[in-house]
Amino acid sequence: MTARRLTTGGRIDRSLSVTVQFDQRSFSAHLGDTLGSALLAGGQQIVGRSFKYHRPRGLVAAGVEETNALVHLREGDRHEPNAQATMVEVFDGLTSTPQNAWPSLQFDAGAVNGLMSRFFGAGFYYKTFIGPFGGTKFWMFWERFIRKAAGMGRGTTLRDPDHYEKINAFCDVLIVGAGPAGIAAALAAGRRGDNVILVEQDRDLGGSLLSEPAGGPSDVWLAQAAAELSDLPNVRVLRRTTAFGAYDCEVFGLVERVQDHIRAPEKGKPRQRYWVVRTKRAILATGAIERPMVFADNDVSGVMLTSAVRTYLNRYAVLAGERIVVATNNDSAYTAAIELANSGARVTICDLRREVPAQLGENARKAGIDLRPGHAVLKVVGGKCVKAAYVVYVTPEGKAVGRSLRIDCDLVTVSGGWTPTLHLWSQRFGKPQYDRQLDTFLPPAERGAFTCVGSLVGSPSLKDSLLQGHKAGGGIGKEPALLGHADFWGRNLAPVTVITKADGSTPGKAFVDFQHDVKLADIDQAHLEGYVSVEHLKRYTTSGMATDQGKTSNLNALARMSTLRGMDIPSVGTTTFRPPYTPVALGTLVGHDRDRHLRAIRLSTIHGWHEENGAEMIDAGLWLRPWYYPASGEGINEAYIREASHVRKHVGIVDISTLGKIAVQGPDAAEFLNRVYVNGFKTLPTGKLRYGIMLREDGFVFDDGATARLGENDYFMSTTTANAAKVLANAEHLLQTAWRDLRVHVTSVTDQWAAIAIAGPKSRGVLAALAGVDLSNEVLPSNHFTHVTIAEVACRLHRMSFSGELAYELFIPAKRGREIWEALIAAGVPYNLRPYGLEAMGALRIEKGHIAGSEIDGRTTLKDLGLEGFASTKKQFVGSVLRKRPVLEDPSRPSLVGLEIIGDSSARAGSLLFAMNAPTKGHGEGWVSAVTYSPALKKNIALALLARGPQRFGETIQVVDFVGNETWQAKVVSHHFFDPEGHHQNG
Amino acid sequence: MSHYSALSILRHGLLGNKHWPRAWRDPAPKPSYDVVIVGGGGHGLATAYYLAKEHGIRNVAVLEKGWLGGGNTGRNTTIVRSNYMMPGNTEFYERSVQMWENLSQDLNYNVMLSQRGYYYVFHSPGQGDALRRRANVMRANGIDAEFFDRAEIKKRLPFLDYSASARFPIYGAFLQSRAGTARHDAVAWGYARGADKQGVDIIQQCEVLGYIWETDKIVGVETTRGPIRANKVALAVAGHTSHLASKAGLRLPIETHLLQAFVTEPLKPLVDHVIIYGGAHFYISQSDKGGLVLGGDLDGFNSYAQRGGLPIVEHTLQSAIALMPSLSRLRLLRHWAGAVDMTMDGSPIIGKMPIEGLWLNGGWNYGGFKATPASGYCFAWTIAKGEPHPDSAEFTLSRFERGYQIDETGAGPYPKAQ
Amino acid sequence: MLRIYCPVCGLRDETEFTYGEDATVRRPDISETDPKVWHEYVFIRENPRGRHKEYWHHVAGCRQWIVVERDTLTHEMFGSFLAREVTV
Repeated sequence: MTARRLTTGGRIDRSLSVTVQFDQRSFSAHLGDTLGSALLAGGQQIVGRSFKYHRPRGLVAAGVEETNALVHLREGDRHEPNAQATMVEVFDGLTSTPQNAWPSLQFDAGAVNGLMSRFFGAGFYYKTFIGPFGGTKFWMFWERFIRKAAGMGRGTTLRDPDHYEKINAFCDVLIVGAGPAGIAAALAAGRRGDNVILVEQDRDLGGSLLSEPAGGPSDVWLAQAAAELSDLPNVRVLRRTTAFGAYDCEVFGLVERVQDHIRAPEKGKPRQRYWVVRTKRAILATGAIERPMVFADNDVSGVMLTSAVRTYLNRYAVLAGERIVVATNNDSAYTAAIELANSGARVTICDLRREVPAQLGENARKAGIDLRPGHAVLKVVGGKCVKAAYVVYVTPEGKAVGRSLRIDCDLVTVSGGWTPTLHLWSQRFGKPQYDRQLDTFLPPAERGAFTCVGSLVGSPSLKDSLLQGHKAGGGIGKEPALLGHADFWGRNLAPVTVITKADGSTPGKAFVDFQHDVKLADIDQAHLEGYVSVEHLKRYTTSGMATDQGKTSNLNALARMSTLRGMDIPSVGTTTFRPPYTPVALGTLVGHDRDRHLRAIRLSTIHGWHEENGAEMIDAGLWLRPWYYPASGEGINEAYIREASHVRKHVGIVDISTLGKIAVQGPDAAEFLNRVYVNGFKTLPTGKLRYGIMLREDGFVFDDGATARLGENDYFMSTTTANAAKVLANAEHLLQTAWRDLRVHVTSVTDQWAAIAIAGPKSRGVLAALAGVDLSNEVLPSNHFTHVTIAEVACRLHRMSFSGELAYELFIPAKRGREIWEALIAAGVPYNLRPYGLEAMGALRIEKGHIAGSEIDGRTTLKDLGLEGFASTKKQFVGSVLRKRPVLEDPSRPSLVGLEIIGDSSARAGSLLFAMNAPTKGHGEGWVSAVTYSPALKKNIALALLARGPQRFGETIQVVDFVGNETWQAKVVSHHFFDPEGHHQNG
Repeated sequence: MSHYSALSILRHGLLGNKHWPRAWRDPAPKPSYDVVIVGGGGHGLATAYYLAKEHGIRNVAVLEKGWLGGGNTGRNTTIVRSNYMMPGNTEFYERSVQMWENLSQDLNYNVMLSQRGYYYVFHSPGQGDALRRRANVMRANGIDAEFFDRAEIKKRLPFLDYSASARFPIYGAFLQSRAGTARHDAVAWGYARGADKQGVDIIQQCEVLGYIWETDKIVGVETTRGPIRANKVALAVAGHTSHLASKAGLRLPIETHLLQAFVTEPLKPLVDHVIIYGGAHFYISQSDKGGLVLGGDLDGFNSYAQRGGLPIVEHTLQSAIALMPSLSRLRLLRHWAGAVDMTMDGSPIIGKMPIEGLWLNGGWNYGGFKATPASGYCFAWTIAKGEPHPDSAEFTLSRFERGYQIDETGAGPYPKAQ
Repeated sequence: MLRIYCPVCGLRDETEFTYGEDATVRRPDISETDPKVWHEYVFIRENPRGRHKEYWHHVAGCRQWIVVERDTLTHEMFGSFLAREVTV
C-alpha cells in the first residue's frame, strides 16, 4: 500500500499541523485528521497485530467499524487501551503505541501461532488442557499462558485524573445520527417548535456527506442546514456524542466526548459527559456500515472497505493506493472507484455480478477503469502489505470458474453490501426483519415511538433519505433537495460475500472476524461439530465477540452458516444487540458518584463537634457516627473500655441522632401501633413511652425501639438506625393498602430531631441542673418523658436506658443539636461528664444483654432472642401467625445467652460454639454474635445464640474461631450480665 | 464420538479439521421417554447426564425451546464458590465445587474451572463479624476459608481503593481460594455431549406448550414438535419456572427478576481473582479472554424481559470504581440481563411436586451456575429414586410452611432484597 | 430505566420509586389465624409472564404507594392508580 496525502481537497485544516506519535514514529497531521488518517497518510502499513495469530494488520475502515487499528492511547494515568485509531481525533502531542505485539509491531514473535493455526481451530481449548489427572492444576498451568496471550490492550492500576459529569435531559424528539436523513429530520422538527436533541458521534455534522468530494453541492446544503439548526433555539446539537443505548420508556444513554480531542481536559471541564435523555419519540438515522468480502488472505494490510477508502480520499485527502482492485457485489463501489481513478489511481473493478447496470459500467470505463463483470478476488498476495490480487471469474454463488489472474496492486477495496446500524432499535425491540433484496436485516420504519430513516432502512437514494427524515421530523418547511449519485446504498446487490475455489475451499486463511481471528474454516468446523445456531456459532468460534461486537463480521458469519446449513439467513437467526453501541468508559457512567461522593454521607447536626474533638468516626449505613474519642495515645480498646467504665461510674453522653424517628398521628394511631408491635400499645397513656418489637410478615424479628405517646392522637416512634426507612415504608404500605380504614398518618421526623443519650449515675444531676427542673423518680420515672427547656430550646426528655444505667434520651430540634450538646458538655464539667462513642455503647448494651443488629440478623425469632414474653397473647399483630410455624417453635433452636470467656483474651464475634467434648465439625451448636470486654464485670463476655441456650447456664462450652485459629472456653450464663434486676436504670 | 485430547486436535488438525464429529446428535423426538427434562441449560443437561451415568436411565430427552445454554447458563458471570453457611446449603454447594474440580475430566470437555480465589472485601467491623461466622461454618465443614485484615489484603490486592477518599473504607477480606470461575458455555456443551454419548436425546427448538394428563397425573408434554409422553416430567427451566409450573396449576414461592451482567473490552491480565465489594452488591473477575466481568444488584422488579436498565448500570459501575478506581478509563463493551427465579428465602427448590409425574428444579436466585453439577446430580438422584438426595433434602417446596427458610442473607421473604 | 406515572406527581424516573411486588395478593384480615392463608399471602406468587399489577412506592416523591399495571415481558405500562383508591 502506497498511500499518500493529496495536495488539495479534503476537510482537513491544512493551516494547522500537529505531530502525533505511533510506535515511536512521528507523523504530521492536520486538524480534522483522525489518528487513522494520519497513519494512513504517513504510510504506516501495519497498525496492529491480530489477536490469535499475530498477523500484521492495517486499517480496514475509517470509522467506528475499524477492527484492526486498536492502540494504546496517551500515557501514564491517562493511558487508555483499545482506542480505535479511526475514532481518535488528532491533537498535538498525541502519543500512541501498538498493542498485542512483542517484541515489535514489525516483528512479532507471536506470529508463530499462525503456522500452528490448524491446531488452534474453533474451540480447541475445550478439547485439551484437561490433564491426565483430576483437579484443575493442569488447566490452571496452561491458563496462565492463555490469559497472557489473550486480552488486547493493557489496563492500568493508576487513578484516572479526569472527571466526568452526568446530565439529565428531556426532549420531544431525539434524533440519532446527523447524516442527511437525521439533519432533515432535525430541521423539520425544529421548525415545528419541538424540543429537539440531535446527536452525532462525529465531530462534524454530515454523516455520509462528509465522504463526498469537498466543495461540492453537498457542502453547500450542509452549511445551510447547520446554520439553520444553530439558529433554532429549540434544537440542541450534540457533536462528538454517541447514543450508546436505547432503554425502556424511551430513555437513551449518550456519551459526549467533551475534551477527548485535546491532550488533557481544560481546567474545570469534564473529559466526557453522560447524558440520560428521556424523549417522547426517537428518530434513528444511524446509517449503515459496509460489509467486507471473505476470500483468502483478505486480512493483509491494504485490503480495505471501499467506503473507507472513499472517506480517506474525500474527507482526509489521502489516496490509499496507486493500483487498486475494487471488489464488489453491488452498485455502491462505483462512485468510489471512479473518484479514485480520477485522483490518479489505476483501478480495476471486479464485480461479482455478471450484469452491471449499463450506466455504471459506462461511467467506469469512461474513467479509465478496467471493469471485470462476473469477477471476484479469490486471494490476495502479500505479507505485510498487498502486492497483488488473484481475480477469477465466479459462479453466482461465488465459486471460482477457471484459472485466476494475478493483478499487481497495492490496495484491494471490498464492498459486500451494507449492514444497517440497527443496534439501538434492536436493543429495544429485539429481532429485526431480513430483507432479501438488500441481503441484510432492517428495522421497520415505524414502531412504537421509534421512526427509522435513511440508510438504516435501506433508503434507495439520497433524495429518499432526505425526504424520509423530513417527514419523520414533522414535514415542516421546505423539502430538502440534494441530488446524490445513482449507486446509493448498494443497490442491485448479488447476495454473496464469500469467494472460494470451485471445491468450496479458500487458498489461504479467509477471515470473517478480523479482531478475533475467526476464519471461514472455523465456521465450517463449528458447523461440522453441530454448533449451528447463531449463538452457538458465535460463542464457539468467538466471532462477533470482540470490541467491535461484530459490526463487520456478523452477517458474513451468518451467511456462511446459512450456506452450510442450506437455509436462508433468517432461519439461522440473528444475534441480539446489546448496549453499548460502542464501548463506553466506566468512569463516564459513574460521573461524580465516586470516592466520597459515591453515596450521600449522612451527618448528625452534632457532627462538627465530634470532628473537632478528635472522634474516630465509623460508617453506620450512610451515617457517619463517633466510634470512640481517643485520649492521647489510646487505641480503640483502651478508649471504649475507658468510656464505658466512665458511664457506669459518672456520666456520659452519646449522639443518637441517627435513630429513626416517625411521627404516628391520627385517631387510630393506637390501633395501628398495636398491630405493628408484638406487645400491647393500646393502653399506653400520654406522657409515657414503651419499648416495642416488630416482626416481619413471616414472623422473624424485624426491628425494635421505643414509642412515646405525646398526645391523644400523637405518637413518636423510634426505630433502629438501620431499619428507619424500611419501618416507615412498611407502615405506609399497610396504611395505604390493607389498613386503609385506619385513620393514621406516618411521617419521618428523623431529620427534624437531634438526639442525645445521657447515661450514668450522675445523668440526673447534670440534666436537672441544666434544665432547672426536678427529675426525681417520682416526677420522671422510667419510661416517662417530660418537656424541658435547655438553653432556651424546647426539648423532650425521655427516661429510657439502653446502657442499663440511669439514663435519658434528649430529643432536640435538629438545628439546635450541637448547641445543646455543648451545653451538656459545659454543664457536665462538675459531674465529670464525657462523650462516648458507638463502641462503648456496644459494650454497655452487651453487658446489659440488649439486642442489636448483630442479633436481629433476619433469621432470629422472638423466642430465639428471649423476647417471647413481649408478645401479647390477647391480640393479633404483624407476623403473629407465621411466627408459630413448627420449625420456629423447635425448642432446640439456638437462643440468646451470655458467655463468660475463660481466660484473659476476648473471643471473636462470628466464632462457632460446640459442646465441651464434641468434635468441632459441622455447623456447631450456635455462634457468637457480639463480644466485648466488660469493665463492669472485669471479664471478657459475649452474646451468643446457643442451641437450647437458657437450659445450659453454667455449662462450659468451646468457642472456636477457625479462621482466626483460636479456641476459647466459655461459661454459659444469662445474657443479662449487668444488673439484671435493673437497680441502676431505675435508681 | 471421538475422545478429545491434544492428540485428537493434532490428528484432526493434520486432516484440515474437516472430520470432527458432531458434539451431540440432532435427533427427532421419540413418542415417549422414561424421563423428559424440560430445559436444555446446564441444570437440565447435567440432570440428564447423571440420570444416564449414575442411574442407568438412558431413555431420556432434554427439550430446549431455543438453543442449549441460551438461558442463564450462557448469561451469568461464571463464578463458582461454596461459601454458604446455612445448614442445607453448605453441604450442597461444597458437593458442587468438588464435582466442578473434576468435571473437565469427567466430561472430557474443558470447562476451564479456574480456582483463582474469591475475595470478599468488607467495610465495617459488623460486616466482618458476619463474614467470620460464614467462614467459620465453612471451615468447620471442611471447606477452605481464610480471613485477612486490611494490611494483609492491601498486600494481596494493592489496586483496590485504600485511600482516604474511599467512601466505605476496607477493613479486611475473606478468601475462598478454591473458588473461581469457569467457562459457562462449556458446561452446557460438555454436559450435552456427555449425555448424548450415553444415549440421551437432546432436542433443540422444541418448546413445551403444556402437559399431557391422565386424570390428575402428568404423563408427558405437548410441544411445538408434537406430544411426547414420559413417565416423569422434570422441569429445569430457570427464568420460566413459574410459567411452566402454572401450566400444571402449580403456584410457587418465586418471583422472576432481572439480573444484569457486564463485560469490559478485553485486556491483558489485570485482575487475577474474583473480588466482591462489600460496600454494595458488586463483583468483578477477568475472563480468560481478557474482559472484566462485572455483576451487581437486581433491577428490582418482576421481569422476564432479559433487558436491564441504566440505574443498575450506573449503580454497578459506581461500585466498580469505588472498589478499583483505576477502572475509570476502561470501557464497558456489553451489558445484558438474565431472568432469575428468586425464591422467598434465596435458596432453590429441588424435588417431587405435589402433582403426580412432575418434578422440579428451580428458584436458583443468583446462584444457579455454581450449583450446576450438584443440582444435576441431586435432581437425577431424586428423579431416579423418588426421594431427595441428602445434600438437597432441605430444598423442599414445603419448607416455607414449616418455617425452614434457608435465608443466607437474612433479608426475609422479599425476593428483590435477597 | 422505567418511567412510572405517579397519579400525584406525574411521570417520573424509576429511581424515585421502590418496588413493592405483586399488588394482587390480598393481605388477610388482621384477625385471620389460619397459617395456610398467611403462607399464601407471604410466600406464593402468580409471577405472570405478561401483565402484572404491582405496587410501587414513590419514596423520593409523594410517598404514596401506587398500583401500576405493567407487562413483565415488554415493560409496557398500562396505567397507575393510588393504592388507597383502588381495589386490585
